[in-house]
Amino acid sequence: MLQINCPHCGPRDEAEFTYRGDATVTRPGPDAGIEAWDDYLHLRDNPRGWTVEWWLHSAGCRAVLKVRRHTATHEIDAVATAGERLGADRA
Amino acid sequence: MAGYSGLRIFSEGLRGNSGWRPAWRKPEPKREYDVIVVGGGGHGLATAFYLAEVHGITNVAVLEKGPIGLGNTGRNTTIVRSNYLLPQNHHFYEHSLKLWEGLEQSLNYNVMMSQRGVINVFHNDAQRNAAIRRGNAMRLAGIDAVLLDGAGVKAMCPLLDISNGRFPVMGGLLQPRGGTARHDAVAWGFAHAADARGVDILEHCEVTGMIVEGGAIRGVRTTRGEIRAPKVGLAVAGSTSLLTEMAGFRVPIESHLLQAFVSEGLKPMIDCVVTFGAGHFYISQSDKGGLVFGGGLDGYPSYGQRGTLREAEHVYAAGVSMIPALGRLRGLRSWAGIMDMSPDGSPFICRTPVRGLYMTAGWCYGGFKATPGSGWCHAWTIARDEPHALNAAFTLDRFREGRMIDERGNGPFHWMH
Repeated sequence: MLQINCPHCGPRDEAEFTYRGDATVTRPGPDAGIEAWDDYLHLRDNPRGWTVEWWLHSAGCRAVLKVRRHTATHEIDAVATAGERLGADRA
Repeated sequence: MAGYSGLRIFSEGLRGNSGWRPAWRKPEPKREYDVIVVGGGGHGLATAFYLAEVHGITNVAVLEKGPIGLGNTGRNTTIVRSNYLLPQNHHFYEHSLKLWEGLEQSLNYNVMMSQRGVINVFHNDAQRNAAIRRGNAMRLAGIDAVLLDGAGVKAMCPLLDISNGRFPVMGGLLQPRGGTARHDAVAWGFAHAADARGVDILEHCEVTGMIVEGGAIRGVRTTRGEIRAPKVGLAVAGSTSLLTEMAGFRVPIESHLLQAFVSEGLKPMIDCVVTFGAGHFYISQSDKGGLVFGGGLDGYPSYGQRGTLREAEHVYAAGVSMIPALGRLRGLRSWAGIMDMSPDGSPFICRTPVRGLYMTAGWCYGGFKATPGSGWCHAWTIARDEPHALNAAFTLDRFREGRMIDERGNGPFHWMH
């Protein structure tokens, strides 16, 4: 079970959250072209290691959070609201 | 190596079973092959078998980082079916099902193929209409499909609670030729048959790098040394992204967890495969008596091969809703595999941006039933450097071209298929 430390609600169980996708890709502008949109919508680094993801606190404050998580150990080392920067940068 | 037969079992029985030999060799790697297949699960071993059997290419190595068949091949719920709506999918899966039907004769190995029927239960008008549409699409393609009413479902599976107050069962879509097969035996059978045709199965041989020169594959670096080949096929399920990164390109795949469960051994109580329509749940009973069941993804990317209790709780709850008798069930084991989820829920059997490098991937959680078809089409694509009509749609660039094969209409969200 994951425990995510929501900046608004404190540490909460995984059951309150919904995974909302890869936060390492950036939505391109409407005229960015097919390659940029293909990259954003479909292609993924899919690393075995640290990555940044969107998680919706769907059964809590309803905020979309940015979470840095390890995809093999499931360890979470930083959580921020969508607009904030995460702590110590691993990238 | 002498084949397996009833007569052989009888004669070995008379000789103290002293004549049996290992089902495949443990060769040392050669420096060079015509084709390297990375991944010694069902799909990789099937690729090697069909390369040898159909295309006469026998100078082939299958590379596996551990012992064969211990990845997703040994971590699934063993269901075999071809009840898909979209033509690209149902033609491919029907070809695969036909290969399953003759597989034991082709491999000279008992994979315990059991066409016991697969029922998808529905609970309301909209689901019934979708089932009728899918059934008609299948029948137009020459695939068997039967619409059952509630009584028909009850007759096939008496323990189902068809008068459930919240989710009454209106009926079901039955594919009589669907069923189950013994997953381990599928890996062993393909290994045995490929080995007998000259394929080298190299266990404990992990790929650590890809040798790419001038945009073309030249071989792989492994924990057992460098092995060269002009053609390399990837059949590594959830680890596809890790290998394509070594080759220098990204793929439209996220790796997710899927759990499966087995109960203590019971007397026969479910003699078909049943899927619930009001939650993600599917169940059958193994020949040992254990109930084998599973549900949806855990919901976030992982390479962990272990599931969480949240999804386990959901699976058990859905099971008890559908079959209340399961309320007294004791779970025996659960495990998780790493699924290579694609953005439309459909697979890739194709060439890649690197010349001579091919892949069968993106199997989401439908890989087991595809095993022979995937190997057959992958072998064709490798041997001829072009796809067969059956896998021509399963390309990596179909998303960029707007040709998604989205069976469930969920949109480009890897974890929702």
